[in-house]
Amino acid sequence: MQAFTALTGLVAPLDRVNVDTDQIIPKQFLKTIKRTGLREGLFYDWRKKKDGSPDPEFFLNQPRYQSATILLTRDNFGCGSSREHAPWALLDQGFRCVIAPSFADIFYNNCFQNGILPVALKVDEVQALFKGAVKEGYRLTVDLASQTVATPDGTTYRFDVDPFRKDCLYKGLDAIGLSLQHDAAIAIYETRRQTEAPWLFTDLTTH
Amino acid sequence: MAGKTLFDKIWDAHVVRTEPDGTTLLYVDRQLVHEVTSPQAFEGLKLAGRKPRRPGATLAVPDHNVPTTDRKLGIADPISAKQIRTLEENCKDFGITLFTMSDVRQGIVHVIGPEQGFTLPGMTIVCGDSHTSTHGAFGALAFGIGTSEVEHVLATQCLLQTKPKTMEIRVDGRLSDRCSAKDVILAIIGKIGTAGGTGYVIEYTGSVIRGLTMEGRMTLCNMSIEAGARAGMVAPDEKTVAYIKGRPMAPTGDLFERAAKAWQALPTDSGVKYDKTVELKAEQIAPQVTWGTSPGMVTGVDGKVPDPKMMPDEKSRKATEHALEYMGLAPNVPITQITIDKVFIGSCTNSRIEDLRLAASFAKGKKVAKSVYAMVVPGSGLVKQQAEQEGLDKIFRDAGFEWREAGCSMCLAMNADVLQPGERCASTSNRNFEGRQGAGGRTHLVSPIMAVAAAVEGHFVDIRNWK
Repeated sequence: MQAFTALTGLVAPLDRVNVDTDQIIPKQFLKTIKRTGLREGLFYDWRKKKDGSPDPEFFLNQPRYQSATILLTRDNFGCGSSREHAPWALLDQGFRCVIAPSFADIFYNNCFQNGILPVALKVDEVQALFKGAVKEGYRLTVDLASQTVATPDGTTYRFDVDPFRKDCLYKGLDAIGLSLQHDAAIAIYETRRQTEAPWLFTDLTTH
Repeated sequence: MAGKTLFDKIWDAHVVRTEPDGTTLLYVDRQLVHEVTSPQAFEGLKLAGRKPRRPGATLAVPDHNVPTTDRKLGIADPISAKQIRTLEENCKDFGITLFTMSDVRQGIVHVIGPEQGFTLPGMTIVCGDSHTSTHGAFGALAFGIGTSEVEHVLATQCLLQTKPKTMEIRVDGRLSDRCSAKDVILAIIGKIGTAGGTGYVIEYTGSVIRGLTMEGRMTLCNMSIEAGARAGMVAPDEKTVAYIKGRPMAPTGDLFERAAKAWQALPTDSGVKYDKTVELKAEQIAPQVTWGTSPGMVTGVDGKVPDPKMMPDEKSRKATEHALEYMGLAPNVPITQITIDKVFIGSCTNSRIEDLRLAASFAKGKKVAKSVYAMVVPGSGLVKQQAEQEGLDKIFRDAGFEWREAGCSMCLAMNADVLQPGERCASTSNRNFEGRQGAGGRTHLVSPIMAVAAAVEGHFVDIRNWK
């Protein structure tokens, strides 16, 4: 996984609440067996007008946001299905950070698995960033070490992140590799549980 | 000594180790796998040269992409076919049990788990699908995960988790006749909102929940994720034990007796405080219909489409305006005046035998309105078989419903079952998001019997006074 330390990048604002993962990446793009190439599916239904032509009003169709790396949005971003295709598509578009007042749990978690930093700020702070983003070329600096978002005028906002997740993202660690280091502890746990609750260990391959 | 909640008991029993900040390596008893969210996980294992730690703890089934028409014809869409073939190859390569498309046990992953006795109280169960919360109906801790975590569980049988908070949702009183678990959960989401449960595991309690059948509890727990909670649970009781006994993957003989005794200790201890408690009165729950593009945009069938002008703040005004525009609805229209084009009875929320029995009892002797296309998609091959033995397929067919093969179907429209742009559907599924059932399609979530009545009348009706 790609590490996330600090990022100064262009902000793309998506002013909608409850953006669900069906909007982020519709079902027809879930048939892939790869993690890459999902950019064309990102916000697919919102990118087009009713007649199928590209909607020039939609933010990601505008030239000014083409190099954006920070997505700014509203409450409950990423609600709905568990599809990791949502962060994969955001990453494929170039987004490394999503800022919102709140996130759905599974999406929030999936971001950390893919080198994307989800930043939850207070509602009024997000509102202030939306005001700033009206200006063309609005950039923010997101620093994971100090857990801050800095605006061009020098205002900084602090955000929370679990220390363990922070460390994994900061160093770009392979979470499976980390858990495998505890192989002995897992084996001890299994041995104990097999005695306590043997019905949990029925082998399904016999069915 | 302070007591524990059902959730705490299961969580504590599955802790392998804890990091200084509380991040926990949590043991996963069982995993369900389907074709959409697993290929990249298996690919990851292969690339890293890793093997599943316990192949016998995982059960796989294709469900999202499968056609619900004649299976002998195969899958017309080559990309869907490839995804299903990939699942078959991966299961073969890694020694994982798979119910193939031609196996009568095939079905929606959250229907077949309980049906097979795979799902047991006190377990931790995961799947790369957000509706894994369904299995919480048995007093299991069950939640959806992303593909990276699917790979993590295959490789380690564990997950790194932060401990969620607990929320009790207590529903007491008496549900009115013809109101069901679907109406209860939609009313809950209407009350707490689609982010109300974020960061929490919900435990449903109260006399109404105790009175629900296992299938009703599954419908309830299924939509916990629509309330923002990754998991929802109901404490196991004698109904739970009776449901599990004799199912193919359930323990047998002495082992079953021992397990059933252990399950008795799972319910939340008396006097325990949850982090949050929400209460609902069953008498206030009418049959529910969603009017918008989020499951929280819901009202009683005796209500009206809301007026954006009456919304308390700018944010909800804008969201309501946007939703009504997408849904093609005017403010203040009575719900019963909304006409529909299609009806879908199915999905991991409402496709079990009890749902179909009840729906059939209302469809019997009726005719689907000429302007409506209606379909019934059983949750599994075994549900379909059972329904056919009981003659339910004939009742549906005689009434003008199409009777299909098992799968996710038009809940998310990954197969050929889709809404056309602008079409309006009364659906027993769980999500009314924009484009969920097909680009431009308009979804209204309802219970199975509300869907039947809408199919017959061509518009929503209050099922409490129907015929």
